[in-house]
Amino acid sequence: MSAVVTSTERLQRLLALVPYVVSRKAVGLAETAAAFGVSERELVDDLNLLWCVELRAPDPYCPIDLSYEGGEIVVSQAESMGRPLRLAVDEASALLVALRMLADLPALEDRSAMSRLIAKLEAAAGEAASASAQVAVQVDVHGDGTEGLAAEVQAAIADGRRLHLRYYVPGRDEATERDVDPMRLLVVDGRPYLEGWCLRAEGMRLFRLDRVLELAVLDQAASPPPEAEPVDVDQGLFRPSPDDVHVELELSAGGRWVAEDYPCESVSDLPDGRLRVMLRTPDTGWVRRLALRLGEDGRVISPPGLVAEIRDAAAAALANYVALAAGSPRSPA
Amino acid sequence: MSRRKTERLLGLVVCLLSTRRYLTADQIRQAVPGYPEQDDLFKRMFERDKEDIRDLGIPLETGLNHPFDDDPGYRIRQQAYELPELRLEADEAAVLGLAARVWQRAALEGAAAGALLKLRAAEESPAPQGIEPRLGTPEPAFGPLWEAVRDRRPVTFSYRAAGRSEPQQRELEPWGVVNRHGRWYVAGRDRGRDATRVFRLSRIAGPVKFCGPAGSVAVPDGADVRELVRDWDSVPAREHTAVLRVRSGAGVGLRRHAVSVRADDSGPPGWDLVTTRFRDTGSFADYAAWFGPDAVVIDPPDLRDAVIARLKGALA
Repeated sequence: MSAVVTSTERLQRLLALVPYVVSRKAVGLAETAAAFGVSERELVDDLNLLWCVELRAPDPYCPIDLSYEGGEIVVSQAESMGRPLRLAVDEASALLVALRMLADLPALEDRSAMSRLIAKLEAAAGEAASASAQVAVQVDVHGDGTEGLAAEVQAAIADGRRLHLRYYVPGRDEATERDVDPMRLLVVDGRPYLEGWCLRAEGMRLFRLDRVLELAVLDQAASPPPEAEPVDVDQGLFRPSPDDVHVELELSAGGRWVAEDYPCESVSDLPDGRLRVMLRTPDTGWVRRLALRLGEDGRVISPPGLVAEIRDAAAAALANYVALAAGSPRSPA
Repeated sequence: MSRRKTERLLGLVVCLLSTRRYLTADQIRQAVPGYPEQDDLFKRMFERDKEDIRDLGIPLETGLNHPFDDDPGYRIRQQAYELPELRLEADEAAVLGLAARVWQRAALEGAAAGALLKLRAAEESPAPQGIEPRLGTPEPAFGPLWEAVRDRRPVTFSYRAAGRSEPQQRELEPWGVVNRHGRWYVAGRDRGRDATRVFRLSRIAGPVKFCGPAGSVAVPDGADVRELVRDWDSVPAREHTAVLRVRSGAGVGLRRHAVSVRADDSGPPGWDLVTTRFRDTGSFADYAAWFGPDAVVIDPPDLRDAVIARLKGALA
């Protein structure tokens, strides 16, 4: 928990803490501290504060009685604080927006639980639920053929079956064939990925479902090796590696989208709305292609080898057009 | 954080929760420890406290016990305060755990965790295995814009439209935020242009500031922010046809959506003629240039010229 907690944030925690304990009859200090994301010392301070609440009129009395002897919290008197405060707008929205997004995923087999839960939450949240209608998340699984794939992947994971993929790698313009032991279906920022142990690469790999050209469920059981560890999604999907190449690019105003669409290590403003960005990548093939696509809207500054590669590729491509214009269908190089 | 203030607020909430009658400010001052003696100081502090607990979503009611009373009183009705009893089946609790994880490390993470604690579902919901949904909010504009949408407040920010070199100041009545294809957008009425507009959050430069009180934005009936963003970001139909010469074994992406692929017998071996449909010249030229010397646009001429312009730009 961050060191800076406002008085109202702490009040919110206290109001949640009492019902948390009450509903469990008795609960350990350590467990409770973990649930609330505070240290045990902070929790004990919270409990003391609750226990000390005193009202003076008409007669002085202490509305809350509790103990935490032996590391176990028991609330013996909670007055009217025994039930949690109804959901705040942010709380109801966070859950409902996420649930509606999940309900959009074709891969989740248990849609009935989803819709029952949404209905219960909407009813319980009352007015607080209405703001959630103003936030919408559209998952990228409709209309591009990945809909069926997501369901197939999910079924293969559930059944523990190996998959065969024909998978497109745009950066290398290659259709690759590989067997994969599927482990999870990730849906990150609206885009579905298959995460699994790739037998060809002998490592964990992520596959974007919209780049799967073909998928077959094999008869073999999936058997990822013990070292197959899923990525920690919260650290970001794409982790830099020490072998990465650093690429420096300058973008005009028309090429600024690159900084929005690709994870950049650094972005700095130049005059006239231009940008200088630094990318790191294990494979510069896609940067060469990106540079051709950007034309005068982007320029690779370094590494020099890549700069030369881009020049050569552009020259070779232009030579094709010169030959075409010369009317010689025979000449493309 | 002030411990004394927390104590006072807690006392205030407990006091108002345990009364059925409305308590006047004076009665509250006597019952809840921590308020100052001086009247004007008390008044100011009490006003702030009322605002603070209302901000937490606590339903503080104002009313009179008797029509002839002079001063209004306050209370918190237990029924309005309490989360209704919510019984979740095991499968519902599991889905709830999954939903709360969606915001991990993103703007509404704390809100989702708080809700889970209240719903008592945290520890008894082994979320479904094999699926892991996440939603990121790396744009700093997300937090203030969500607040603005929630509280119906107008905002102002500096915005750099696509391809523009200088950002412009915009004033917006935000109606909603939408994530489409993993990108966040805000839709609403642009006051300067007096028109409905959609903005991409990653193009907002600098801070988002409120420029009006809460409740001052009216979302028109039938305004569907999802649809607004979809229209703004809509892709036209693939109405045009292109013919390309594509090197055998290359141009997988071009072949993937091709109408037809056949060996090109008009030239040297090793090339295919690929016919494909495309939406607009600019974005398809971008795509064709991606394949460099492995693809040559034959037709239409304006598409060919657009690709040549890109290649020349890359060569310059």
